[in-house]
Amino acid sequence: MSNLQQAEIPAVELRSLDTLWFQVSGTLCNLACSHCLVSASPTNRTHEHLSLSKVEGYLDEAVRLGVREFYFTGGEPFLNPEMEAILERTLELGPATVLTNGLLLNTERCARLKQMSDRSDYSLDLRVSIDGYDSASNDPIRGEGSFVRILKGIGNLAAAGLNPVITVTEVCSEVASAKGRERFFEVLREHGLEKPRLKILPVFKIGAESERGGDYADWQRLKPEDALDGRWDHLQCSSSRMVTASGVWVCPILINVPGGRMGERIADTLGDYPLAHQACWTCHVEGATCRT
Amino acid sequence: MSKFPDHKGKATLDGKLVPLEEFRAECKRHGRSLEDGERAAEAQRLVSVGGDGVEVEGPFERVLVFGGVYSNHYGLSAVLEAAERHRADAIYCLGDLGGFGPKPEKVWPLLTAAGVRCIQGNYEQSLATGHEDCNCGYTDPRDNHFAELSYNYTARNCSDEFKAWMGGLPERRRVRVGDRELLLVHGSPRQVNEFLFHTTTPVPFLEVLLEQERCDAMLCTHTGLHWHRRLPSGRDAINVGVIGRPANDGTTDVRYALLEAGGNGGLRVELPALRYDHEALAAEMRAESLPEEFVETILTGWWTTCLEILPAKERATSKF
Ligand code: SF4
Repeated sequence: MSNLQQAEIPAVELRSLDTLWFQVSGTLCNLACSHCLVSASPTNRTHEHLSLSKVEGYLDEAVRLGVREFYFTGGEPFLNPEMEAILERTLELGPATVLTNGLLLNTERCARLKQMSDRSDYSLDLRVSIDGYDSASNDPIRGEGSFVRILKGIGNLAAAGLNPVITVTEVCSEVASAKGRERFFEVLREHGLEKPRLKILPVFKIGAESERGGDYADWQRLKPEDALDGRWDHLQCSSSRMVTASGVWVCPILINVPGGRMGERIADTLGDYPLAHQACWTCHVEGATCRT
Repeated sequence: MSKFPDHKGKATLDGKLVPLEEFRAECKRHGRSLEDGERAAEAQRLVSVGGDGVEVEGPFERVLVFGGVYSNHYGLSAVLEAAERHRADAIYCLGDLGGFGPKPEKVWPLLTAAGVRCIQGNYEQSLATGHEDCNCGYTDPRDNHFAELSYNYTARNCSDEFKAWMGGLPERRRVRVGDRELLLVHGSPRQVNEFLFHTTTPVPFLEVLLEQERCDAMLCTHTGLHWHRRLPSGRDAINVGVIGRPANDGTTDVRYALLEAGGNGGLRVELPALRYDHEALAAEMRAESLPEEFVETILTGWWTTCLEILPAKERATSKF
């Protein structure tokens, strides 16, 4: 890239540290969904588990910076043997959301999570994704037999008195309509959720694209004049950071890109970030955020 | 159907599988690793913005603060009577005068006659600028449907004079009660439609926010649910709730805040429940053909809409 082009790359300012993400189980997962943002799988060790002591160091730092909420993702967070201890500690400081595939949510774990939630002043949200109303629509994406196991996990949460947020991607096109939503609500009520909470996520192909790279046309990159009223506050990198076992990244999307790494500690990452990656273009155009 | 490779000891770098060590070494070449002193300076830079130069009103001994009128003129009359009963030195309203209830213009003379000092909510901002929606900040389609109904009804039934008056209201106020300086905002000090719920607004966030705003207490509304958190530093964060509809607790009462100078420079904070003629309100809403879902909330104390914005814990105690 010539210097001339370099000068045109806009930079996003971190206006506050609202959301701190933890790549708590690295890129390790017990599923290998075809649309995974970070290509997590049972064999992907690009990022390793985060330990409790590492997480605690980052929590201390975040508290002094006025953090508002914590998000845990992976991979599958509950593959991390210290996940429950990490969550318990986190809930002393602020609200937490765990993005889980639901497979490891057995009765005992759900009961412990409920206790943890009851003891905290703050909200604990479990967010479970499904990709259809039934095995036929879900399993081709999330894996053979996964629908039944996910719904079992959701049922266990409900039985323990926890009400997860169910996310569905627009891959499942019917959810966009009121009728489609109602059908989903029915499936969830049948599995014990009295007040189903459903969140529709836009499909964004960032994961696959950041993994493969080069799928964008050359013009699909951000220019300074794309900013809204001169600002980039609509991008999640303006108010969040992502902690991994090998340092702090700008956002949950670019963890497989070395250039997404901003530093060792959170304080190293409080500066501007150049929106050079083409995934940033998708974020901007689709208004995508990974938060609930 | 998996699109990506079996990684087994490898990671993807520039579209190719490379040994993990190579990927990690490349990562280490990116990002900063500052000295301790530089880190402290960076952290300070992030949290030290602040101060707004807004003139401080008062000092007062006792003030009454409410928010979210939502066109409930019955609730408004009741809270103004409460202010007299409490002998409040000043009355403040944190915005969102319209929406939900009937005949929005009726609250205007009540507010001006009682000398209520108002700030703008997102409703006033939207109505005054002719914005196409209320900018409440909902994300759920059903919530947005009901928000649109009430916004359009309110916009149709407010005079241009009333809207212009709304446009002239300040976005924030500062008030001295005893020795304490209170900051009054609608949603949060940083955004008019930010939701500050009890279980998602943690102590670390509030400490930094109130430090940045150089205030001893921050008062907001917007969510519809009241709470008070005394911070370890001795500061107070208070959501005064709303007087427009009940607090999703199965009672028909609404909430407001009473703040009094306490001994030793402290602040006494109360969030009393307030009874008002909710049956008259329900009847008037029906006469105006407002959604039966709204009427049900007024009569039962349970929300039937705006449920998707609730955090896990607030939703858990909700009926719907
Ligand atoms: S991918 Fe999105 S969130 Fe990440 S740096 Fe780019 S714009 Fe920001």
